Amino acid sequence: MALLKAENIKKKYGERTIISNINIELNRGEIVSLLGVSGSGKTTLFHVLSGLIEPEEGNVYLNDEDITNKPGKISYMLQKDLLFPHKKIIDNVSLPLVISGMKKEEARKKADPYFEEFGLKGTQQQYPCQLSGGMRQRAALLRTYLSSNGVALLDEPFSALDTITKSSIHKWYLDVMQHIELSTLFITHDIDEAILLSDRIYVLKGQPGMITDEIIIKEKKPRAEDFNLSDTFMKYKREIIGKL
Amino acid sequence: MKRKLQNITSKIPACVAIFLILAVWMALSETGIIPAYMLPSPVGVLKALVNDMDLILMHAKVTLTEAFIGLCIGIVLAFFTATLMDRFVVLDHAFYPIMIITQTIPTIAIAPVLVLWMGFGMAPKITLVVITTFFPITVGLLDGYKSVDRDSIDLMRAMGASRMQIFTNVKIPTAMPQFFSGLKISASYAVVGAVISEWLGGFEGLGVYMTRVKKAYAFDKMFAVIIFIVIISLLLMFIVGIVRDFSMPWIRVQKKQEQK
Repeated sequence: MALLKAENIKKKYGERTIISNINIELNRGEIVSLLGVSGSGKTTLFHVLSGLIEPEEGNVYLNDEDITNKPGKISYMLQKDLLFPHKKIIDNVSLPLVISGMKKEEARKKADPYFEEFGLKGTQQQYPCQLSGGMRQRAALLRTYLSSNGVALLDEPFSALDTITKSSIHKWYLDVMQHIELSTLFITHDIDEAILLSDRIYVLKGQPGMITDEIIIKEKKPRAEDFNLSDTFMKYKREIIGKL
Repeated sequence: MKRKLQNITSKIPACVAIFLILAVWMALSETGIIPAYMLPSPVGVLKALVNDMDLILMHAKVTLTEAFIGLCIGIVLAFFTATLMDRFVVLDHAFYPIMIITQTIPTIAIAPVLVLWMGFGMAPKITLVVITTFFPITVGLLDGYKSVDRDSIDLMRAMGASRMQIFTNVKIPTAMPQFFSGLKISASYAVVGAVISEWLGGFEGLGVYMTRVKKAYAFDKMFAVIIFIVIISLLLMFIVGIVRDFSMPWIRVQKKQEQK
């Protein structure tokens, strides 16, 4: 049974249909990416899945519960890290717990043990401006994880990072995903990133945006460090470029 | 050490400019180019300030009370107005132009009307201070609320945050720098507003004292009061700056990071 399921999603802005007939599934423990060119409606789809906007047609289900237009059910990490500059890292990270009704101190205590696992040890009392780009992304990811209910939507989480930081955070991300159970659907327009991190890739294209292809990455995880230099990787890349 | 030195050197031009103005003032008054009854010398003003300090402090107590009460009411009113205008766009559209129009009316023109309506007590003075301080804080807060990143609000909504949680966790902290900028201006306006309203009637206060010494042609004393008002206004702005730094520790950290 799929953990997250979207059926027949259609969303219009005014007269313009942005996405149409979208059917996607996310199974427990999976990392699935949504690949598509700019303007294909990826972010709109995530807004629908997270409940921020209501679709004209279709429904979103989490564990078979209809969560269409109900924000707060799945965690959503937007393109920027969006750490609040006025809050210390511990308070940024534990914010979703506070919002859900937990007391501030209790939320801090719950968030604290994860700092080491997410490579953020010692940053609890720092402000976001004191962290590097990569560290900020990790903090944002931890915040997303803590509010996740096991499912997270990540909108181009690593796009703002430079190539070297991105490469190291990819390795860290795959490693941390082995330890925490977080089923993730993420947007990227970086083909290499999609192949490297995903179990499956949905290709979204056209006007209105529709899912045109689904590619399964059969390579087992954890993937070898030089996977992105292998022939298999290149084969996937060629296939995806062809489909885009 | 280097930063400290930079801090000191950056203040040199302002100090030189003040020193030059004082030197020109001194030269004009001491050489008699401008007669002493029109422009008393800085030394004369300083003497008057020291000699009349008790009297000035007595009047200042009244003026500062009016300014403080007016400023507090102005802050509370501005907070509610800006918050309501941010919450209900229709209020923003309806009242923003009116607020701008009220700011084009000179304070000196409203003061007599207020005295006519409310008499010679503290009420018209406090009201004038409220009118003058209300606008900068309201506009500052409104701009601050509007400057909130739309994505931050989406993120909070995606976490399931209520409107109140978004307000307290995102809108207020984001608007704080603009609020304090407005407050800094308002703090200096508060004293000036109180003094102006005292010019037009009353029994105590720096404005009342100014009109008395003006009528006695004691220009050294008048300049002494002006200097005193400047010092008080600067002091208030300084206090607002301290409160701001204390309320927004992250700004201090950001500045330190930028200097690294």
